[in-house]
Amino acid sequence: MSDSGMGAFWANLKALPRTFLGSFVRHGAPTSHRARSQSVFSNVFLHIHATRVHPHSLRLTTTWGLGVSLVAQFLILTVTGILLMVYYNPGLDQAYASMKDIHYVVPAGRLIRNIHRWAAHMMVFCVILHMTRVFYTSAYKAPREFNWVLGMGLFVLTLALSFSGYLLPWDQLAYWAIVIGANIAASPNEVIHAIGLPEAFNIGDIVRRILLGANHVGQDALLRFYLLHVIVLPIAMVFIIAAHIWRIRKDGGLARPGGTPSPAGKGAGSMTPAAQPPSAAPSKTYGLMCLVKGRSPCTGQDPDETVPAWPALLRAELFVFMLNMLICLVLGVFFDAPLREIANPGVPENPAKAPWYFLGLQEMVSYSALIGGVVVPTLAVIGLALIPYLDREAEPAGLWFSGARGKVVTFWSMVVGAILAVLSVAIPVNYGWLRNWFPDIPQLVIIAINPGSLVTLAYMAWSLIVIARTKSTRLGAVALFSCFLVGFVILTYVGTYLRGPNWDFYWRQSDWPIH
Amino acid sequence: MSGRLDPDPISRRDFLGLAGLWTAGAAILGSLVAMARLPVPRVLPEASTRFRAGSPLAFPAGTTTLLPERQVRIVSTDRGIAAMSLVCTHLGCIVGEAPNGFACPCHGSKFDAQGRVIGGPAPRPLRWLHVSQAADGALVVDTAREVSPDVFFQPMNVG
Repeated sequence: MSDSGMGAFWANLKALPRTFLGSFVRHGAPTSHRARSQSVFSNVFLHIHATRVHPHSLRLTTTWGLGVSLVAQFLILTVTGILLMVYYNPGLDQAYASMKDIHYVVPAGRLIRNIHRWAAHMMVFCVILHMTRVFYTSAYKAPREFNWVLGMGLFVLTLALSFSGYLLPWDQLAYWAIVIGANIAASPNEVIHAIGLPEAFNIGDIVRRILLGANHVGQDALLRFYLLHVIVLPIAMVFIIAAHIWRIRKDGGLARPGGTPSPAGKGAGSMTPAAQPPSAAPSKTYGLMCLVKGRSPCTGQDPDETVPAWPALLRAELFVFMLNMLICLVLGVFFDAPLREIANPGVPENPAKAPWYFLGLQEMVSYSALIGGVVVPTLAVIGLALIPYLDREAEPAGLWFSGARGKVVTFWSMVVGAILAVLSVAIPVNYGWLRNWFPDIPQLVIIAINPGSLVTLAYMAWSLIVIARTKSTRLGAVALFSCFLVGFVILTYVGTYLRGPNWDFYWRQSDWPIH
Repeated sequence: MSGRLDPDPISRRDFLGLAGLWTAGAAILGSLVAMARLPVPRVLPEASTRFRAGSPLAFPAGTTTLLPERQVRIVSTDRGIAAMSLVCTHLGCIVGEAPNGFACPCHGSKFDAQGRVIGGPAPRPLRWLHVSQAADGALVVDTAREVSPDVFFQPMNVG
C-alpha cells in the first residue's frame, strides 16, 4: 500500500511542472487558432477582447491606436507611480525633500519620475484625441451611448489624477495650484456675497473644508490629495476602464460602417480548413460562446470576414504598448520633469501658470472663478456626456465626419469657433470689460456676463442654427464639438504663450517686464 | 384563516425577501452616511488669526510697510493706522505692487491703492483688517476680522 502511495507521489512530483502548467494554461500551447481563441475566451485578462475582430477595427485610421495607448500609459503610470511611492513622503516638510532625493539620490529615480510625468502628459493629450476620434467617427451612437458616458468619466478622472499628481511635490506650482483649486471649489461664495446673504450661507467654505481638511492649505490638504492620487482615483479608474473595454466587446466590437469590405484576405484565408494544422481540424467544434445585443459582427455575412484576435489584435496592441514605452523612455531620458522652488505661501510665481491642459481653464477663470472654473466646465462635461442621447440619428458609424456634409460643417464650425474664441480674448485685452466701461455695475452682472459665458452661449446658438439649417442633430453635435475643440485649443495657446506677468497679454515672452 | 379581516396580499417568502433587501439597503445607506461624516473635520488646529505687528512707533505717519510673511500691508496716516490684506479676493493668490496699486499674478485682477477692484475677475475689494493694541503697546492685526476701508486705529502713545 505504502509502496504504491509513494510511487504515485513520485510520479506526481515528476509530473508537477507539466500538471501545474496545464492547470494554469488550460488550452495547451497556443499554436492553433482554436487554442488561441479558447485562450482569449477563457482567460480573465484576455477575454476582455472578443475572440475575433473585424479587420476594419485593426486599421490604423480607425482608432490611431489611441485607446490602447491610454491603457499603455495608465499601466506605465501605475508601475512608475508605485516605484515613486517607495521614496515619496507626503509630509509637509518632507515632500519637497523627498522629491529632491528621488531626483538626485535614488537609483534611476530621476528617470522613473520623468517617465511618470511624461506618461501623464501623454495620457491627457491622448484622452483628448481619443474623445475627438470617437466623436468624429460617430462611435458614440446606439448601442454605445453609455460607453461614451463612461469615457467622459475617464476623461474627468484623467484630469483629476493629473491635478492631484502635480500637487504632491509641494513646490510653488503645487502649492498655488491647490490654493487656487480649493478656492475655485469655494467660488459659489461669490454669488452668496453678491446677493448679500450672510456668511453662514457660504456653501463653498464647506466644500473647501472637505477638500483641504482645514480652512487653509496645509498638511491635511497634502495628505488628502495624496490619498486621492494613489488610491481613490486609480481604483475608480481601473473599474471604469474595465467596464469601458468590456462594453466595446459587448457592443459588437468597434463601430464601423455597415458592409465594410474585408481587405484582409490573408487573415480570412487562414481560417479555411486547408490552412488549419491537421491536428486541430478533426476536433474542431462550434459552441455558442455568448449572446451579444445589436447587430453582431456575423449577421448577414460570412463569419470568416473577421480575423482571430490572437495574433492580429494582440500584435497590434503590443506594438502600440512598446511604442508608448519608447516615447516615454526617450522623453524621460532627455527632458527632466519640472520641479520649482519649494512652496512659499507668501509669494506666488509671476505669472503662476498651471500645466498646459489647464491653461485654457485658467484663461476662463481669469474672467470669473465661478463661471469659468465651475459652471462652463461642468456644462461642457454634462453636455458632452449627453450628446449620444440628444443625437440619436441612425447612420453608418465609424465613418469620419459622417461624410462630405459633416466635413463642411466641421470646417465652418471650426472657423466660427476660432473667430469667437479669438474675439473673446482680443476684446477684453484691447477694450477692457464691463467693469472698465461701467465702474458701478452690480457684481452679479460681472460674474454672469463674461467672455467665457458669452462664447459658450454663442457656440450653443451656432449649434442650434446648424440643426435648424441642416435638419440633422448629428451635424448640430458636430458643430458644437468642433467649436468647443477649437476654442479649447485657442485658449490653451493664449494661456501658454500670450500671457505674462500678472496674466497680462504679451505677444512675445521677450516683451515681459524685467523685475 | 376565515376570520382574517385583511388578508395578506404578499406571501411570507416574498415579505421576508423584501424585508431582507430593504434592511441591507438601509444598512448600506446608513454606513455610507456615517462614512461620509468622517472626512468633514470637526477640529481645525490652526494658528491664531491675530498677530503682533510691532510697536506703533515702527510705523510713522505717512508710511506704508509691507509684512510679506503675514501677507499684510500696514498703512499709517495722521488719522491712524490701518492694515490691508494682500490676499487676492478672486482665488487667494498674493497680490504684488503695480504702478497704480496692486496686481494679482495668477489671473490678472487689478486693484487701486485703496484695494478697490479696477479690473480683472476679483469679485470684491482687498480686505481691510481689524487693528488693535496689546497691553504692552504693540499693534495687533486680526486677519479674520474685516473692517471698513475708512477705519483707522489711533494707537495710544507709548514710550
